[in-house]
Amino acid sequence: MAQTRQAAIGGIHEYPLRVAPGVSAMQIKAASLKAALDDAGLKWSDVDGLYDAGDGEGGGGLGLAAYLGLKPRVIDTTQVGGSSYEFHAAHALRDIAAGRVKVAVTTYGSTAASSRIAIGTGGRGGGGSWQTNMEGPYGSTLISNYAMVKQRHMFQYGTTNEQLAQISVATRKHAMRNPEAVKAMQDLQFVGVNEITVENVLESRMVASPLRLLECCMVSDGGGAAVFVAPEIARDLKKKPVWIIGSGEATKYRENGGDITTSAGAQSGPAAFAQAGVSPSEIDIAMIYDSFTITVATCLEDLGFCKKGEVGSFIGDGHLAFDQPGLTINTDGGGLSSNHPGMRGLFLLLEATRQLRGESTSQVNGAKLAVAHGNGGLLGGTHTGGTIVLAAD
Amino acid sequence: MASRPQPHFPEPDTKPFWDGAKEGELRYQVCPSCNAVNFTPTAHCQKCGGRDLAWKVSKGEGTVYTYSVVMQNRIPGFQELGAYAVAYVDLDEGFRMLTNVMVDGNPLELVKIGQRVRVDFEKQDSGEYPIPVFRPI
Repeated sequence: MAQTRQAAIGGIHEYPLRVAPGVSAMQIKAASLKAALDDAGLKWSDVDGLYDAGDGEGGGGLGLAAYLGLKPRVIDTTQVGGSSYEFHAAHALRDIAAGRVKVAVTTYGSTAASSRIAIGTGGRGGGGSWQTNMEGPYGSTLISNYAMVKQRHMFQYGTTNEQLAQISVATRKHAMRNPEAVKAMQDLQFVGVNEITVENVLESRMVASPLRLLECCMVSDGGGAAVFVAPEIARDLKKKPVWIIGSGEATKYRENGGDITTSAGAQSGPAAFAQAGVSPSEIDIAMIYDSFTITVATCLEDLGFCKKGEVGSFIGDGHLAFDQPGLTINTDGGGLSSNHPGMRGLFLLLEATRQLRGESTSQVNGAKLAVAHGNGGLLGGTHTGGTIVLAAD
Repeated sequence: MASRPQPHFPEPDTKPFWDGAKEGELRYQVCPSCNAVNFTPTAHCQKCGGRDLAWKVSKGEGTVYTYSVVMQNRIPGFQELGAYAVAYVDLDEGFRMLTNVMVDGNPLELVKIGQRVRVDFEKQDSGEYPIPVFRPI
């Protein structure tokens, strides 16, 4: 199937601070939207499509347009966890192709660090739903869900801690080249704001076995915005458009007899590549949601960069860094070392766009095709996968 | 004594499961229309949508599918446990349950994938519902 160019990312912005006391999530969203529209060369009043995951205080489909002062013709409040922004890009592609909107925006804001929201360390007690009544009594934490996937992956395929640590090593290398990521690690008082080795990862504190501290994302503030535009708009913007050429959506959950080592990406990935008319082997750069090392490893397999169970040997030689031959991931430093305010799917789209514009701090020379894959929810439990394939102009 | 979070009611899907726990029964459902084993409990069959699910009582034996040892958890009820193992256990009747595998000693050394385990209804300090956890056979 030939590539079609029906919608593009025309403007982006990443909110620079990872610790932003005294600022609200809604303020981060509004500031980021203005900067993203400026990046594109578009006006506030040009916006006619609003996509939102409900992350701001009093936002969502009812409150965000009123807060921003927008009068959108399409309102889409898809909230599927951290991959919500890949779903928004997918829906914007669909809505723009159908002629319903021309300038669609998604924004993200979070003060998770300043508000001391314990995203990953708390148990899920109480609540009284069909899910919490079956999970709350067992102290299953967010991290233990992912850890159970890693445990099974190692058991089933022989994947090693050393191999998975390469993901942390590569993303930290990228983070050290990104001034905003360096400031993030300083502001969040990381022990050792420097490049790390496999040994550093293996010696870091066990959080939920077999996941160690340096395999876990940070908890930061942050946010950003992306502007999706129709082709006739894309041609006249300040920057070259980055085309959205394929999308895929999926969900997966605990099933009796199911395989926990396969994620929703096994459904969303092939759908996105089929629509884009490209294969994984043609991709120059992959932004994969790195909540934890195992999330990246599982999704690399599910997207088809290697066969199921072979990610250990695929990444074991350390080629994931931008200056090595082979597939490169997460050149901004990722959730492991740049930012994770709770739902970082937006940043995957932003860094993929920077790469295809040639603007990354760890630029892969000549990058033409990128994939952004978000994983929302809990990898070992109920989760979503959103895959977007992007092409340079 | 344990003081884990209790299930909260009214919640119609899971009430029969927890009523079973009070009786020392590990209950699950089977769909007479499509023969699917249904778990976690719902009023409809998650395979065919059928609404006449039958409750059964498991023998309470199964195999550890995967697990993670949580090294610390600040939530009351878990803080005092120290390191503990969260696990998916595949019951012999064909359903997978999120639970804990309790061991006397270091769970990092004593819990394994493939281990055979049996249910144990752990009495709680506060709250009327005992919590079904698993111990190595």
